[in-house]
Amino acid sequence: MRSSPEILRALENESIEILRETAAAFKNPVLLYSIGKDSTVILHLARKAFYPAPIPFTLLHVDSTWNFKEMITFRDEVVKMHNLKLIAHINEEGVKNGITPFSHGISEYIRVMNTVALKQAFDKYGFDAAIGGSRRDEERSRAKERIFSVRESGHRWDPRQQRPELWRTYNTKIRPDQTMRVFPISDWTELDIWSYIHLENIYVNPLYFAKERPVVKRGTQLIMVDDERYPLREGEKPEMKMVRFRTLGCYPLTAGVESNATTLEEVVEEVMGVKLSERATRLIDGENEDSMEKKKREGYF
Amino acid sequence: MELTPIVRLLTCGSVDDGKSTLIGRLLVETDSVPHDTLDATKKTRRPGSIIPAGEIDFSLLTDGLEAEREQGITIDVAYRSMSLLDGRRLIIADAPGHEQYTRNMAVAASRSDIALVLVDATRGIRPQTLRHLTICSLMGVKKVIVVINKLDALGFDQKIYDSLITDLQPTIQRLEVNSISFIPVSALEGDNVTYRTERTKWYDGGSLLEEIQAWRDTESTADHSRMCVQLISRAENFRGVSGTISQGEFKAGDEVVVLPSERKAKIARLVTFDGDLEKAPPGKAVTMVLHPDIDATRGDFIERASDYTKPADRFSAHLVWFDEEELIHSRSYYLVNGSSMVPATITSIRHKLNINSGDHESARTLHMNEIGSVEIATDSAIPLTKYSENRSSGNFVLVDRVTLRTVGAGMIVHALRRATNITKHNYEIDKGARAQQKGQRAKLIWLTGLSGSGKSTIANALETRLFASGIHSYILDGDNLRLGLNKDLGFTKEDRAENVRRVAEVGKLMVDAGLIVIVALVSPFKVDRDHAREIFGEGEFIEVWVKTPAEICAQRDPKGLYKKAKDGSLPNLTGVGQDYEPPTDAELVLDGTDEIASNVEKLIAKVL
Repeated sequence: MRSSPEILRALENESIEILRETAAAFKNPVLLYSIGKDSTVILHLARKAFYPAPIPFTLLHVDSTWNFKEMITFRDEVVKMHNLKLIAHINEEGVKNGITPFSHGISEYIRVMNTVALKQAFDKYGFDAAIGGSRRDEERSRAKERIFSVRESGHRWDPRQQRPELWRTYNTKIRPDQTMRVFPISDWTELDIWSYIHLENIYVNPLYFAKERPVVKRGTQLIMVDDERYPLREGEKPEMKMVRFRTLGCYPLTAGVESNATTLEEVVEEVMGVKLSERATRLIDGENEDSMEKKKREGYF
Repeated sequence: MELTPIVRLLTCGSVDDGKSTLIGRLLVETDSVPHDTLDATKKTRRPGSIIPAGEIDFSLLTDGLEAEREQGITIDVAYRSMSLLDGRRLIIADAPGHEQYTRNMAVAASRSDIALVLVDATRGIRPQTLRHLTICSLMGVKKVIVVINKLDALGFDQKIYDSLITDLQPTIQRLEVNSISFIPVSALEGDNVTYRTERTKWYDGGSLLEEIQAWRDTESTADHSRMCVQLISRAENFRGVSGTISQGEFKAGDEVVVLPSERKAKIARLVTFDGDLEKAPPGKAVTMVLHPDIDATRGDFIERASDYTKPADRFSAHLVWFDEEELIHSRSYYLVNGSSMVPATITSIRHKLNINSGDHESARTLHMNEIGSVEIATDSAIPLTKYSENRSSGNFVLVDRVTLRTVGAGMIVHALRRATNITKHNYEIDKGARAQQKGQRAKLIWLTGLSGSGKSTIANALETRLFASGIHSYILDGDNLRLGLNKDLGFTKEDRAENVRRVAEVGKLMVDAGLIVIVALVSPFKVDRDHAREIFGEGEFIEVWVKTPAEICAQRDPKGLYKKAKDGSLPNLTGVGQDYEPPTDAELVLDGTDEIASNVEKLIAKVL
């Protein structure tokens, strides 16, 4: 069943309230823009929240250098379309040290190119709050996240020190050594996101729609060979398959699903039928039962 | 009126009560769990788990954090979503059941419409059940569903089920839980969770899912209208105030008032990204353009001018304390409601709630997870309303000004003082001068004791004596004041505290006028009398306990109250339905069975 417009409007109103609260309560808030559907929805909500004034946030894209090419094209297009201010941050030291998912393992790569990169950007630009697209339906430790979630110095998340959050009364105060993470779409589900994109006719990345793409098989996963850096096995040739992506990220770590959904309507239909969690297509999370909580404690978003 | 599309449910109970199994089953049977997650719960096993491999360990669906899985307990609120069959959304806030986590339950309850209270039928009603019901009632949960679980282990015996309900009745009545239902369940075997089963033929209600779906909530547009200003929106040739309508509705053209400044304007436009609105319903995020464009800032409130909340700077409230560091009386905290943040001080703690028994206990502070009835003073006026009338305009959180942690959450009982912009003015003629003119020393004699102890008779005899000696005096009689000044107050502990506070304040004015004031008031609670004493100067307040045995008071029964208490029509009579806390440091104790004349002599010696 598609999420009803009434539910979507109720969620929309709450998210707008959170975005406005963030803009008003912090000196230098940033919107973490990951180019995916969740960020796209947040950006749309932000346009609504501050209309007719422009979006008061800088956008930050932590560029791992392994994103799909189409993500970068889309990003630049959106920035231009809405006249936004965007910072793309790359951990240059990681690049210099040749950190890739293949050379150093997935965990280490994620830590250096995402977690460390994010901390670098925070410290470099002095952001005091960052808006992210996490949803409580994504994963178990996220089910316990607050909407305004404090990070201790070093961007550590201490689940035992979470502030009680009651009603819609938010404590947005932080000490100088702390920063805030803000999750305006906490209560949304994946189906809500797609139903809302459909309802509002929001422009999303073409990677979400099925198309013939060059893929190789890794275990049960289909990985798109987006550029020549991808290490093919001896004699291996990418195969053209109709695939789409449920989530976007680093292409070697983000599996596609076989699909014929080429329109928004068809994608929504497909999401309604899918009974796997969307993180099933991420290579990073399944490594260990508590991998997400561990990463978050270290400062992962 | 529209049906609220999102229903929020709180679950209270512990792992031992089978809560994880119940919620897990509800999610699985409504196909709300992704299949790969479900597969994992068939394979993963905790150390010591007795669930056979291949079967679902429901608890794995609901216990989130690493520390929790290690300890096998739930330590933090987790939120989960599922769809109801009619398309509405159910958001489940799963709250832990252990005593030290009262704060998490308060968090989960604060937004919940419905609370699921789990009772393990094999163990009966335990203190935690009473605790859960108390918190639900305090936090304003609208409906309570008591799930009586593990009936499979008791052969689905209706007698056991009925007796558990009977055991709960006194608590339910005391807490004034309005809407409550009971369901016999086996979470383990699936009886009456999503569908009714044959094994409880004697039960004629719905399954848990059916009961949840039967909940109907609407947001009334007829309410008092209110919006908190979050920010000022500025664009070219544009200035508006942005916020969310927290209650009621606004229409373009409405005359509104900005609070706390009480400046008036009209709504010229209700702006949204999707076009201007004619009217904005409750819950809607809008930007108002006001005409004239009066000064409004973040944290101000906008209400309709025809009916608005008067800002106040003193409130009585229930307060739940969260922080490891205890509440510090007279320390300044930030009080937050909506986008409004003002410094505030707890000026007194009337009592602490014993969350297991419901008793009120005197307290000097509140520790983590304790709940108290307090008075709070804000540095500037803020328009807060009674929590029982509206959860959003009657709530606040307290933030420590140094650590910036959220240390407490409060529910407004009522505003205590409605005046704003008060600065004390000192006049030339003072209390001493006024008393001197009358040739006397101003004092207040506080007669406390049971109804029928002889307070009024003694007060009368004393005043007659004083009058004859040319002394200016006045009697403040509890019953007489309840005919006028205090006619809005009842006899609950809270109302009695407020009664005492008002009488003390009036008495203080009279003392200031140079009079000898005689108070005749049951005033059963020590904390209230002590509080009254605090506002008087050294030696001005003379507490006198008129000590008469309860049997004699009941025999005298001059107002027929003991008779009413006996036949049940008067529940809160001191000494019968409510305790009397005797003074421990009264200036004088009189035996109410002594001759009046001798008691008056003793008093005269104290007064003159």
